Parts: sequence; structure tokens; C-alpha cells
Amino acid sequence: MSQPGQHSSTSTARRPATHGPAPDPSAPPAIELRGVVKRFGSFTAVNGLDLRVPSGVVFGLLGPNGAGKSTTMRMLTAQCLATSGEISVLGHPVPRASKRARAAMGVVPQHDNLDEELTVQENLEVFTHLYRVPRAQRPEAVERALRLAHLADRRHDRTDKLSGGMRRRLLIARGLVHRPRLVLLDEPTVGLDPQVRQDLWGLITALRAEGVTVLMSTHYIEEAERLADVVALMAKGRVVAQGAPADLIARHAGDTVEEYLVPPADPGDGVESRLRAAGVAVRRTGPTLSVLRPGELPDPLRAELGTGLARAGNLEDVFVTLTGERVE
Amino acid sequence: MTLDTDTRAAAPSPPAPPRRFEFAPVAGVLAREWALYRRSWRPTTFAAVAEPVIMLLAFGVGLGSLIGAIGGYDYIEFLGTGIVATSVLFTSMFPGLIDTFVRRVFQHTYDGMLAAPVDVRELVTGEATWIACKAGVYGCAPLLVAIGFGLPASPAMLLVPLIAFVTGFGFALTGVWLSAVVPSIKTMDYIISGVITPLYLIAGTFFPIDSLPAWAQVVARINPLYHCVELVRATAFGIEPLRDLGHFAALLVFVAVMWLLAVVQMRRRLID
Repeated sequence: MSQPGQHSSTSTARRPATHGPAPDPSAPPAIELRGVVKRFGSFTAVNGLDLRVPSGVVFGLLGPNGAGKSTTMRMLTAQCLATSGEISVLGHPVPRASKRARAAMGVVPQHDNLDEELTVQENLEVFTHLYRVPRAQRPEAVERALRLAHLADRRHDRTDKLSGGMRRRLLIARGLVHRPRLVLLDEPTVGLDPQVRQDLWGLITALRAEGVTVLMSTHYIEEAERLADVVALMAKGRVVAQGAPADLIARHAGDTVEEYLVPPADPGDGVESRLRAAGVAVRRTGPTLSVLRPGELPDPLRAELGTGLARAGNLEDVFVTLTGERVE
Repeated sequence: MTLDTDTRAAAPSPPAPPRRFEFAPVAGVLAREWALYRRSWRPTTFAAVAEPVIMLLAFGVGLGSLIGAIGGYDYIEFLGTGIVATSVLFTSMFPGLIDTFVRRVFQHTYDGMLAAPVDVRELVTGEATWIACKAGVYGCAPLLVAIGFGLPASPAMLLVPLIAFVTGFGFALTGVWLSAVVPSIKTMDYIISGVITPLYLIAGTFFPIDSLPAWAQVVARINPLYHCVELVRATAFGIEPLRDLGHFAALLVFVAVMWLLAVVQMRRRLID
């Protein structure tokens, strides 16, 4: 499988954000999961997951709620123990040597767990201790994190005085105080307004420029397409497809998609049913019917559909095509 | 290719797995507690000092005027030494129970810490150590008040912070364990009324246990707080090495059992 990413595993300068040549396949992956299963009683959250995150890439885990993304994230820090399968993070077997892996990675949780009674700066200082930053380097690490979060002028404010966007920036900076080689971001922009979300995208891009490996779970299509070098589409605890977003779109959805207004109440002999019967890949979003690979439309059906609106294919098209489920 | 050799040179052979218990994460947990304490020491100190002092004055002076002497000691001397133990119980069991529950369930603090290189056993040890330190310091307050009321000070009393620390460590762990047993914050009332109240009354704190029925005396001897009370009284009224080493050993057993229970139960709650 082609694995876009960096040429080598460490600090070489990053290529621009286009999806470039494959990395050295002999470089050790930042994260590797083999046949990982996690059951909670009779419920299977993760069902035979294989995942290989090369060093130095931004890797997106894309899937709807309940696909197993958060469980997967928690297994990487040994806060959730796999029922079976093998996990290694930065070369350390997990959970056996998980503490070593955790020392070299930063985790940004989905749920805010800042210490509200403490100031911005104190929150960061506490984590320099937890992440074992050597004493002499702690002040500099805190300053760097404050700059990163754009919160230097709010350093003495208690965190319960911060806005939602500032809190999220602080939460991310807190996970970076020890300059981790790997960062786990669990739904980093969920619930944030678009402006703040774009701020965070800038931050993730900057991390990539430093050669940090980023594993990010998201259920936002746009986020995955813009930021991720490699995307794994997850549904029902498995990876259904994996690759560079552009490759996945070209392979499973086609470069262009045409959208037509077709009433949703389609009786058995309506145009939607006949399109499906003719083997045309379509998917419905409310009143809109999207036709994938419209070049393959049979002429009579095209005439019946009327004029459509052409747009670029996206990962949502890929996801629906492969699973029948929607992501967002 | 040079790149290959570079990568290989840069990648060391996999290091030994981390030790099962490390002190660095415990220090990290303590650093967090210290940051919190610097913000909250005023109310914490007020509560920890005012409560035993008020109890001591009310019971010691009020009740003491009726009782006079118990076992050859002025009642306020008997009580002053006993209240050291109740003070230790309150300043350790309540934070262990309530703060730990709130941090785990409502603040998700421990989720954040366990994503850092900290394991549950280190987290539990760190939290209990901090609480025990506070108990060790604040537990001395009623003793100082009793000295002010005429309890003769003795050099052996310098052991009281240590006794209070060990007892506080055990009760903090008890609180942590029970915080992970209770299903909700409301059910803590069972523990506060059903466990903490008898613990502090049936320990020889306010009255000697030999005035109790035989079965209650047995219960008192199982109560770790009784051993704390006896040790504190020994520092004030005279140490008998063999008997008092026995009391101390009982406290150490208590700590060991509670540590295991707290770690196992917290791991059950925090690690899926």
C-alpha cells in the first residue's frame, strides 16, 4: 500500500502539504496496531483493527460517532486495554511499556480536563512535572507552550475565565509542553466555531512542519481532507479504506460528482431506483441525489435527470459508497 | 543508502520496560497538589484547625467541668490527645473520598494524568501522600491547643506528625478506595454516616473504650483510629515500646491493605 509521508522518520524538513512521494518503508512506524479487538461485554467497539501510522505524517481517523475512534485512541495510551491484538507506539509495546511511549507523546483529549482553579501558566507547569521535563527546561517549556496557544498575555488568568477556543488551545499546548514526537488529537475541533477551528488547523500544520507525527480523529470531512496526509476511514470498529485523501476520492468516488434535485419520496420505479438498477453509484443527501462518476451515466437516465450541478468528489462520497453510512 | 544507516544508528535497541513503580510520576502528582494548595491553603487551613479547636474547647471545657478526670488525666488532656486522631481522620478521609470522586467523575482530571507517563498505582500513591502530609501537619493543631490548656509537652510528641502521617495515609487510601466503590455522590452518605461516624466515636477519642461493652471493645481494636489514639496518648503520657510498636504495626498493616484495595478499585474505574 502506498504510504504518503516523509522520506525519513525524523527531523527532515517537511514537504509542502501536497500528497507527495512514499516514505522509506523500512522506517519504523510511529504507531502500529495488528488485529486489535476491544469488547465491552457483548459490545465490540474495535473489531480486528490493523493500522500503521508512518512517522512524520498527519494521520486522520475519520468515521461517525461509535466507529471506535476514541476507543482506539485510549488503547494507544493504555487507558483502555485491548481484548486481543498487538499495539506498539514509538517502538514500545503497549500496554507493557506504555509509560515510555506516553512520555514521548502528547495527548489532547476530547473532553476538556483543565484544572479550573489554576491559572493558564500553572496548568502548563503542572504538566511539565507530569511529563518529566527537566527542572532547568521547565520555564522555557511553559513559555513556548504559552506562545503556541497565543495565551502569553492571559497567563495569570484562571482557566475558568477563558473562552471555549482559548481553553482548547491551552489543552493542545498542554499536550505539547514536553515536545512530543507523537501527538494524539481526539476530535480536536468538535464544538468550536469556524474561526477557532481554522486557528487549530494552522497549529496542526505547524506541528507537521516540525516533523511531529499527528494522529487525529475527526468526524469532519473537511478537516480530514485538508490536514491529513493519510486517512483511515473507520466504521463499526474497522478500517474500511486507507490512503491519501485524493487517492481515496479518485479510487472510490471519482474526481467529479453531479448533484441533482430528485424528490426523496421515490417509489419503486422512480429514477433513483432505476439509476441503482443500472449500476450507477448514487447517494442521497436530503432532496439531493449525488451521482458518482457521472461520465458513466446512460444517456436516457441523464436526460431524465435534467441539469445537475458538478462538484468535486469528497471523502463523504467515499465513506457512503463504502459503508452506506454517513460520517457527520 | 546513507539515509538507511542514519535511521538505524538513530534507532536504539528497545529499552527495558519501565519499572512497575516510579517516583517521578508521584512527584508529578504532588506538584499538581502543591499548585492547587497554594490557591486554597487559607480555607483548608481554617477548616483543619478551627474544627478540632472548637470541639476541644466545647467538649474539653464544657464537658470537662462535669467529668473532671478520666483514667487519671484531666478530661481536656484526654480529649486533646484523642482529637488529634479525629482531626487526622477528617482531614484525610474526606478529601480521599470526595475530592477523588469529583476529580475522577466530574473533572476528568485523572484521564488527563493517566495519558501522561503516570500509572494508577503512582497516581493513587501521590494523592494519598499529599493528603497524609496535610494530616501530619494539621493533626498537630489540637495538640498545641491542649498544651496551651496545660497538657505537659514532651519530646516524644515530636513523633505525632509521623503517627498522623501514617494514619492519614491509610485513611486517605480508604477514602480513595471507597470513592471508587460508590456508584454516585449521593451514596457517599452511607459512608459518611455509616463508616466515618462510628470510626471516630468508637476509638477511645472522647471516652475510653474499656467503658464499652465487650463486643464494642473488639470493634474498637480493629478500628485503625484506635491505634492512632493510643500512640498519640503514649507520646503524651509515656511510651511502652512493645505495646506501641504493636499499635504502629497495626497501622502499617492497615495502610498496606488499603493501598491494595484503592489501587485495584481505581484501576477498575479508570482503565477500561
